[in-house]
Amino acid sequence: MAKSKIDQANDIAVERMMSARPILTGIATARDVIPNMEDNLLLHAGPPVEWEQMSGPMQGAVIGGLIFEGLVDNETDAVSMVEAGEVKFAPCHEHSSVGPMAGVTTASMKVYEVTNTTHGNVAYSNLNEGYGKVLRYGAFSDDVITKLRWMNDVLAPVLSEALVKSENGIDVRQLLSESLHMGDEGHNRNKAGSILYTAKLAPMVTKLAIDSDIASEALQFLADNALSVLNPVMAACKSMADAAHGVDGSTLMTIMARNGTELGIRISGLGDKWFTGPVGQPDGLYFPGFTAEDASGDIGDSTITETVGIGGFAMASAPAIVAFVSGTPQDAINATMEMYEITVSEHSHFTIPALNFRGTPVGVDIRKVVELGITPRINTGIAHRDAGVGQVGAGLVRPPMNVFEDALVSYAEHYGLV
Amino acid sequence: MTKVTGEIRSGAYFDSVVLMQLQKGMLELDGVLDAGVMMGTQANKDVLEQSGLLPNSCRIAVAEDLIIAVKADSVSQASAALKHVDVLLNKRKTITDDQEFRPRSLDMAVRTLPNSQWVIVSVPGRYAAGVAREALGFDKNVFLYSDNVSVEDEVSLKTLAADKGLLVMGPDCGTAVIDGVGLGFANQSQSGSVGIVAASGTGLQALTVTIDNLGSGITHAIGTGGRDLNQQVGGITSRQALDVLNRDTNTKVIILTSKPISSRSAMELMQVLHALEKPVVVNFLGYAPPAYQIDNVFFASTLREAAELAIELCDKLDFSTNIKSDSQKKFASSQRYIRGLFSGGTLAYETLLVLRAFTTGIYSNIPIDESYKLDDHASSHKHTIIDMGEDEFTIGRLHPMIDSDLRLRRFQQEAADPETAVILLDVVLGYGSHSNPAAELAPIISEAKSLARRSGRYLEVVVLVIGTANDPQDVVAQTNILRKAGAHIETNADEAAIYVGNIISGLNTTSKASLRPVVLDSSGQSLAAINVGLESFYESLIRQGAEAIHVDWQPPAQGKDNLMDLLAKMKS
Repeated sequence: MAKSKIDQANDIAVERMMSARPILTGIATARDVIPNMEDNLLLHAGPPVEWEQMSGPMQGAVIGGLIFEGLVDNETDAVSMVEAGEVKFAPCHEHSSVGPMAGVTTASMKVYEVTNTTHGNVAYSNLNEGYGKVLRYGAFSDDVITKLRWMNDVLAPVLSEALVKSENGIDVRQLLSESLHMGDEGHNRNKAGSILYTAKLAPMVTKLAIDSDIASEALQFLADNALSVLNPVMAACKSMADAAHGVDGSTLMTIMARNGTELGIRISGLGDKWFTGPVGQPDGLYFPGFTAEDASGDIGDSTITETVGIGGFAMASAPAIVAFVSGTPQDAINATMEMYEITVSEHSHFTIPALNFRGTPVGVDIRKVVELGITPRINTGIAHRDAGVGQVGAGLVRPPMNVFEDALVSYAEHYGLV
Repeated sequence: MTKVTGEIRSGAYFDSVVLMQLQKGMLELDGVLDAGVMMGTQANKDVLEQSGLLPNSCRIAVAEDLIIAVKADSVSQASAALKHVDVLLNKRKTITDDQEFRPRSLDMAVRTLPNSQWVIVSVPGRYAAGVAREALGFDKNVFLYSDNVSVEDEVSLKTLAADKGLLVMGPDCGTAVIDGVGLGFANQSQSGSVGIVAASGTGLQALTVTIDNLGSGITHAIGTGGRDLNQQVGGITSRQALDVLNRDTNTKVIILTSKPISSRSAMELMQVLHALEKPVVVNFLGYAPPAYQIDNVFFASTLREAAELAIELCDKLDFSTNIKSDSQKKFASSQRYIRGLFSGGTLAYETLLVLRAFTTGIYSNIPIDESYKLDDHASSHKHTIIDMGEDEFTIGRLHPMIDSDLRLRRFQQEAADPETAVILLDVVLGYGSHSNPAAELAPIISEAKSLARRSGRYLEVVVLVIGTANDPQDVVAQTNILRKAGAHIETNADEAAIYVGNIISGLNTTSKASLRPVVLDSSGQSLAAINVGLESFYESLIRQGAEAIHVDWQPPAQGKDNLMDLLAKMKS
């Protein structure tokens, strides 16, 4: 593969990534919509991982998922069920899905359906539980399960109805374009996006809810959670990234995801092969009472945002959260500038006011990563190392360099360069 | 008991200024007696070893490794110092925290400063050619400070640059001044009318300083790198630089300086110089100049002399070179060569020396360059200068100054050769010489000329006459006879050679692919440069008010060879 051929393939891939138009059209049960979903299958964040290797939050989320699913009543039974080999695990990414943090998604869970109307592919993500003790951080106590059930049985139907009745669904790309101009970067900061999302749903929710109490509860739940929109955003990003996957000869990264133990990437021109390496420890700010000692290894599929050119790549849009990386607004600009070094294009829809409306850096080229020794910047929440404690901070992390080097070597072998 | 300890950091790259600051910072720590922070090249390891700063653990370091070694009063103080390295490195980072983004790639730098014309490269030699090639790919001129660049890379870079109408100054180019802005090491000098081309960094600096001290100034001072005039490189950059200055309207006089170069390179270069429209002052250290002046080319033996002469020439506004071709003379297309038939060896040799300014490849029985030794002294080949006073011609006969028989026959032989354009002869008068050489020569000259005319050729005959009015033969009378026969008369060997040289260079203008012109000041835009490597070069540019951007360069693929190879394949 000569340079011009690779460049051409990457141009096609990034163009597909940018022209994908993700529309949130509804909410459905995972079992009914996610490809090859099974009752005893648990989807999780990141690349494939076995039970023994799972981090604390991941194991906790698995236990909670089995309890939620009604397959077991308690932790002990859950562990024996897993150890008896009665539970199958697979990455969300291998089932057109993504999930934040542990990302555990089970057959009965309600999931957002986001359709890329440009290329026709669909992506899924579970519903965001808000802050505190939540499944995605590995919590599985009764109140966690109760909340999940309320979301599945009360919230999801209302939202689903609202989405179905709203004529064209919600254009998530357009929502992101707007929220990036309101101080979000789409990964760690989704405050503006969540407000926009709530505002778009509110009229229909109030109209369609069985009673005003339910309408009020649902809207309150969305409005209280500055991450409400994160999951539909992630599904939208997944639909964009999938559109760019499978372009022959392309060196673009189309997946980057972490399971708490390993980080894995996939390359557009290298099919289903994962390239994995140990996750890093995020460098950031901790909530009172917590330190870096408490942090779990980097975890979650939310790096799908960086994969398509937002999140850490759009840091210049979100000066408000530079404190997470103990920096200054100039640092936020520099963070985005650095990502232009390893990307092949500037986004035609996501722009940054502080950079004179320059498009965000999009389309990570593994050649550039390896050559310059610059890995993608990831803005991330930090999970507690123990199951169920929850989020302990937020900050910046980078993937291990070896995944890009391995991918480059594999590319060279695949395309006969060695 | 003092203790030396150290560590290796693989694939870490810092510029030497940072390392020196780091070393200094470590010396200030408690109990530290000495510290060494260097990249692990053999030369650096030797330096560390001599200072007793190379612990066994660091001997395996290679060029891409950073060695940090400390000598301290105790083990604990030494290891505390090592632990402090990161603090010192980070301290530097926090000072620059609020600075503008510094690109890591040339690509990004070019996008940030698209109007830049120059890329200044001072990365380690192993990577320098790659960066320079990338810069040329972006259509930028290159100032290549790095050394340890192979001559093969130099040739390929310069050839590529010449094709694109770009300059590569270097490798190992320490200094240049473009539009008044110094690149690399340079002195602040005023602007003026002298342009400089230098294959020597300190030579260039000394010239600019001397010219400044004398109250004058320069236009551009272009460095070429020390190897540019070597046979392998063939003076690619020097030729381009001379062409730039020749076209530059502000440059009135050009100085060319170099460390010793081969006589063949000098010879080839002389023709380039001679073809320029402006006066050129040449200072080749250790090279014997053929004359003080050959047309527009002046020779100075020291830098100061070169500077003074150049300034003096700037004031000679009416300077014009000799007429280089005479359209009156109708040479046939076959006529290209000079044939010199000398009775005096020194006169022949001086002619050879001066003619170097006009042509290469003069064959002789006494050549300057042994590869132009005449195979057969009895027959000429292309340009030929023969000393007929040499042994092979005088066996069994008198010296040609007395017995001209052999020379006259040779003259007829040369005149009959359709390739001959000019015949140059010397006639040395005085006591002991032939009593009337002109009388013997004249009929043969006129006969040869009319024979040529009848065959559609024009034969130029130049006679160098050495003699005084009081000599027995009377120089005036002899000269008149020869003139009447159609000969052109000269009385000094160098002038005769210049006269002849101009004719033959006119007849041998090889249609060499003309240089693609290099444009240094595109539409009057001031200098803007991208600096890759030593940060101090960037700071100097900023201090001079030039537009500049510094690339925070790191070795590609963290210096891993296998990955660099793969990337090279994927980038070609």
